[in-house]
Amino acid sequence: MTLLDIVNLRVHYPVRSGLLGRPRNYVRAVDDVSFSIESGETLGLVGESGCGKTTLARAIVRLIKPTSGTIQFEGTDISKVSKKELCSLRRRFQMIFQDPYSSLNPRMTVGEIIKEPIAIHRLAPKGEPSDRRVGELLAAVGLEPAHAQRFPDEFSGGQRQRVGIARALAVSPKLIVCDEPVSALDVSVQAQIINLLKALQQTAQIAYLFIAHDLAVVEHMSSRIMVMYLGKIVELGVAKDIVSTPRHPYTQALISAVPVLDPETKRKKILLPGDVPSPIHPPAGCPFHTRCPIAQFPRCQAEVPTLREVIPGHWAACHFA
Amino acid sequence: MPLLEIKNLKLDFLSNGQKLRVIDDVSLTIGAGETVCLVGESGCGKTVTALSIAQLLPSPPAQYPAGEILLQKKDVLKMSKAELRSIRGGVVSYVFQEPGASLNPVVRIGSQLKEMLKLHRPKDASNTEVLRLLKLVGLSAPESRMKNYPFEMSGGMQQRVMIAIALAAQPKLLIADEPTTALDVTIQSQILELLRNLKREFKMALLLITHNLGIVGEMADRVAVMYAGQIVELAPALELLRRPLHPYTKALIESVPKLADTRRELAAIPGAVPSPGKFPPGCRFYPRCPSARPECATRMPDLAKFEDERWVRCLYAK
Repeated sequence: MTLLDIVNLRVHYPVRSGLLGRPRNYVRAVDDVSFSIESGETLGLVGESGCGKTTLARAIVRLIKPTSGTIQFEGTDISKVSKKELCSLRRRFQMIFQDPYSSLNPRMTVGEIIKEPIAIHRLAPKGEPSDRRVGELLAAVGLEPAHAQRFPDEFSGGQRQRVGIARALAVSPKLIVCDEPVSALDVSVQAQIINLLKALQQTAQIAYLFIAHDLAVVEHMSSRIMVMYLGKIVELGVAKDIVSTPRHPYTQALISAVPVLDPETKRKKILLPGDVPSPIHPPAGCPFHTRCPIAQFPRCQAEVPTLREVIPGHWAACHFA
Repeated sequence: MPLLEIKNLKLDFLSNGQKLRVIDDVSLTIGAGETVCLVGESGCGKTVTALSIAQLLPSPPAQYPAGEILLQKKDVLKMSKAELRSIRGGVVSYVFQEPGASLNPVVRIGSQLKEMLKLHRPKDASNTEVLRLLKLVGLSAPESRMKNYPFEMSGGMQQRVMIAIALAAQPKLLIADEPTTALDVTIQSQILELLRNLKREFKMALLLITHNLGIVGEMADRVAVMYAGQIVELAPALELLRRPLHPYTKALIESVPKLADTRRELAAIPGAVPSPGKFPPGCRFYPRCPSARPECATRMPDLAKFEDERWVRCLYAK
């Protein structure tokens, strides 16, 4: 069943000159993006900094109002609902943030942090969320019920991320948007959180939008992967196909750039020249043509490639895919 | 004779009248032209080890109760200020994680490069040499770029400038502390390629600090793995990655997902990295070790020779 269906979503930020000046230009952070997430699945999202992945994540949970397009969540278009409706809908989708230090209120105990969403959504039978429920949630993320009395600064990064996960789970959501949930953690702790997220999905049938810049982590977590470049989806398909037979030259370069442990299995490196262009003035035609090793002119400079189904279930936005 | 020889180094930080030991008995050598990777998680002491080599830690709080750091046979712990000034940049140069934070934000990058030349090679402090160095590190349009301020450049370009500054005085040893951690993967592979080429061209030694085992596989001749202020394993890179001896190294390798990995679950290491001052007695990895035995709780193992070129700090390594 389709849980989330996004059609032609755009988020453009105005670039103003001076304090009150008219917007001179727009940063096209998310530019005409369409995709869907099935219930209980994990869709991975990869891309480099500035490609729009965080903006997309925040637009989906409506922390940012999209410029245009629709976000259907369980049949309701949440891109246009009122604040009040949005508040009650948010029970169904939650978010886990990258930085476990700044995403927990340092003045609240862990117990208060976890009780807050339960109270807001009036999910406790007698009005007051119980300590027992908090204890259950803490146990579910691998912490101890006694931890509820403590403050965030008494915990390590990995433990704080567990608190963030417990807070998201408190309202039994159907979708959790995970924005780089393991990037700030030590390698040995990363695996704990990845395993925890996978186990929780098994028991509670939660769908994830899992964002990370580490392709191996995303592949491990996801059933499907979506690759973004300059605000657009350039490739979308089943995780293992994306990694084994990437169709878009950008995805091919991304995969070849991942450093490998064993030098004997070294892949051929595709070194991309230069940097990601500015999303204020994206290149005409294909946004990737300025760095693409297989670009052909004038076509790639003139014609914007559409995201098309190259083989069933595998989509790529390249003229030559 | 190795270029750098660190012998039984100990480092304490004084804080609130307390002594915190952050490095405990670290020994490491780097030969001329060799690439050594120092691997470990946050707080294991890899950065302070690297900063100690050119005495970049302020004292107090840093104190060296024991050990030697022999750079070209001379102990940097006993050097005068003038001697230190000449080796900083001249023999040992650094590239740090955040290029944006390492460059002076209000000075054009050309001038920052020239400053380094004036100090170490005053005769060559010209725009021509600045341009040559910027070209060497692959900065596009160096003529106009040299007039840029750091904020006008991307992270990858800033890191290239940092590398140009570090190379300006033709050091014998380049220390790169997580040089690509703040960069995107495609930019990371550009910078690693650049470091590899420059190292070959100048026959420079490279001490590369990273937490990414993939980078070790691509760059290192030898690897030192650090945990809780100590080196726990030291070995040629390929052998270490294929046949890790220390349980921590083993666990670290198994805990990272690899591309096209078929495992359903990752082998996570329980618990968290201990912070300085809270290191357990006995073996420091003992509380998290899957193969720990009762003796590990009380007896601290030495970094012992296991076989040719391989050293490991574990009572039961096999």
